[in-house]
Amino acid sequence: MSKALLYDATMCIGCKQCEQACATQNKLPYDDAVAAEPVQSEHKFTVVLTKDDKFMRRLCMHCEKPACASVCPVGALHKTKEGPVVYDVWKCIGCRYCMVACAFGQPKYEWQSLNPCVRKCIMCPDRIVAGKQTACAEICPTGATKFGDRDDLVKEAQERIRLNPSTYVPRIYGLNEVGGTCVLILSSVNPEKYGYPSATKLGETPMPEYTGRVMERIPDFIPVWSLVLGGIYWISHRRDEVAAVEAEERKKKNGSSR
Amino acid sequence: MKIQVTFWKGVFLVIMALGLYSTYVRYFRGLGAISNMTDQFPWGFWIGFDCLCGVMLAAGGFCIVGAVYLFNVERLHSIVRPAVLTAFLGYLLFIVGLLFDLGRPWYIWHQLIYMNPHSVMFEVGMCVMTYTTVLFFEFLPNVFERFNLQAPIKWIKEIYPVLIVVGILLSTLHQSSLGSLYLIMPTKLHPFWYSPALPFFFFGSAVAVGLAMTIFESTQSSRALGRQLELPVLVTLGGALLVALWVNALLRFEDFWHRGLLGQIVKPSYEAYFLWAELLMAFVIPITLLSFKKVRLSPNGLYWASVISLLGFITNRLNVGIIGFETYVGHHYLPKWTEFSVTLMIIAMGFALFGVAVKYLPIFPDEEHAVEPLVREERVRIDAVPALVEHAGD
Repeated sequence: MSKALLYDATMCIGCKQCEQACATQNKLPYDDAVAAEPVQSEHKFTVVLTKDDKFMRRLCMHCEKPACASVCPVGALHKTKEGPVVYDVWKCIGCRYCMVACAFGQPKYEWQSLNPCVRKCIMCPDRIVAGKQTACAEICPTGATKFGDRDDLVKEAQERIRLNPSTYVPRIYGLNEVGGTCVLILSSVNPEKYGYPSATKLGETPMPEYTGRVMERIPDFIPVWSLVLGGIYWISHRRDEVAAVEAEERKKKNGSSR
Repeated sequence: MKIQVTFWKGVFLVIMALGLYSTYVRYFRGLGAISNMTDQFPWGFWIGFDCLCGVMLAAGGFCIVGAVYLFNVERLHSIVRPAVLTAFLGYLLFIVGLLFDLGRPWYIWHQLIYMNPHSVMFEVGMCVMTYTTVLFFEFLPNVFERFNLQAPIKWIKEIYPVLIVVGILLSTLHQSSLGSLYLIMPTKLHPFWYSPALPFFFFGSAVAVGLAMTIFESTQSSRALGRQLELPVLVTLGGALLVALWVNALLRFEDFWHRGLLGQIVKPSYEAYFLWAELLMAFVIPITLLSFKKVRLSPNGLYWASVISLLGFITNRLNVGIIGFETYVGHHYLPKWTEFSVTLMIIAMGFALFGVAVKYLPIFPDEEHAVEPLVREERVRIDAVPALVEHAGD
């Protein structure tokens, strides 16, 4: 069963304790200056945004079918069965295809480093395997970020919308976007206002399918195309050979008739 | 020996010096210091130009090899060697470019042990490695002939059919896969350039570019090396180029029409200007020019039609790689001078290597007796430099 995070923006008080807990968990520097940074970066995996006194959290969505993992040539990113999309830094060659491919713009890069890594929220996989919550969910004082089984959280989110239809935008962002994500968002204003990509633009097709449609043809394409090319080669050269032999015979004939 | 300092040698030295400085910055200050790439623009000029354009411009190798060995177009036989050399150098320099662009180039070999067959980048990487190897073998006979080693030439001749077929297969995969790379970004790449047909466009345009590039480089080397232009060769290539351009243009039109974009592409917008530039140079102008028989039969006409279409396709690759993302990202990306300087250095290395290869190897075998007294040789070498600028294919 896949674990997930449910973030309910209406319950968030903007205390940024999740940011701090995340930094501690991932051994990143955190002070007032970092807290004031309104963007995610290689040293800030999650950010609480404020707009008109309302809050919105951003973090890696941990897609069910992650684009980043599908595009990584060395498989440095992969989806674990518990839900997190994790990163094996020792495999990474630094092509940054994951960053270009991610529809949510989540992977960030250590541009200043001489041996740079891709950095993003990895959903505390060690804690999850140990049966604990993610650091951000554990510290959240209001329960705005809730950790649990994805199926349960989806049900709970639907229930919250049903009970308070006037509070919420009547949808769960992440339920079906790009085939579903393991971060689910409830809010009173559209998450798109805070920089989330538009759900209609994202669609419900998992991103890996776009390249998968081409990649799955390649095992068939290679033998077929080789045969075609080899065939053309054989035919055009066979023609030459036949022509040469015929010329030879003609020569012989001419020679003998003389 | 007296070393003459000429204008082009000076330019070459300046380019190399700036390039070496940039190399230092790249490896001792990091990607952030050398480039204007950011988390929003993780792929910049090096991917857009060095990789996408570089590989495209190296397409002449497989086009000419295919024409001569698969379709028996004997007339083109004399340009197989320079075309293969250009492709081989192009790929080598493309790999050099990768060593700058990759964040951790010292792990580039991970590609061989941690394979992810679902990744287009994996396909790209494998094609680069294998096709460069194939090109190396296709290039080797030059070296063997130079040292008059008959036995290895025989071995290569034995496997030549395999090399040819595998080379064209890998080129097909590689050229198209560079387009497939962008298929996973339907929400990011502007609809003018995001199309499910990207892999077909990338392959189709590579064939056109391969032909145009061969016309371009044949003309340039004949000027630089003082060789007689082989007009029948150019005319054959020009005819093929016209057909290839038409096929590409119709495919593009069909795609715009199919996706209901025809109304949008004629309306002025930031992207539309770049698209117009691309379509004008890649298709409208060269197709118009080549439609005149007079142009098709004139070396100058063929040359300029090719150059303009090359510029058009380079614009296309930069549009896909850079311009098409600017609206999504919300700001412009302009490469830092150090990014340009690395690319320039790589190109300069390309024409220097081409010059060396042409000088010492039987790339243009007919011409060996033409190199006469020392005075002439010197002149040839000096003139060769500007001509070889674009030979690098990268």
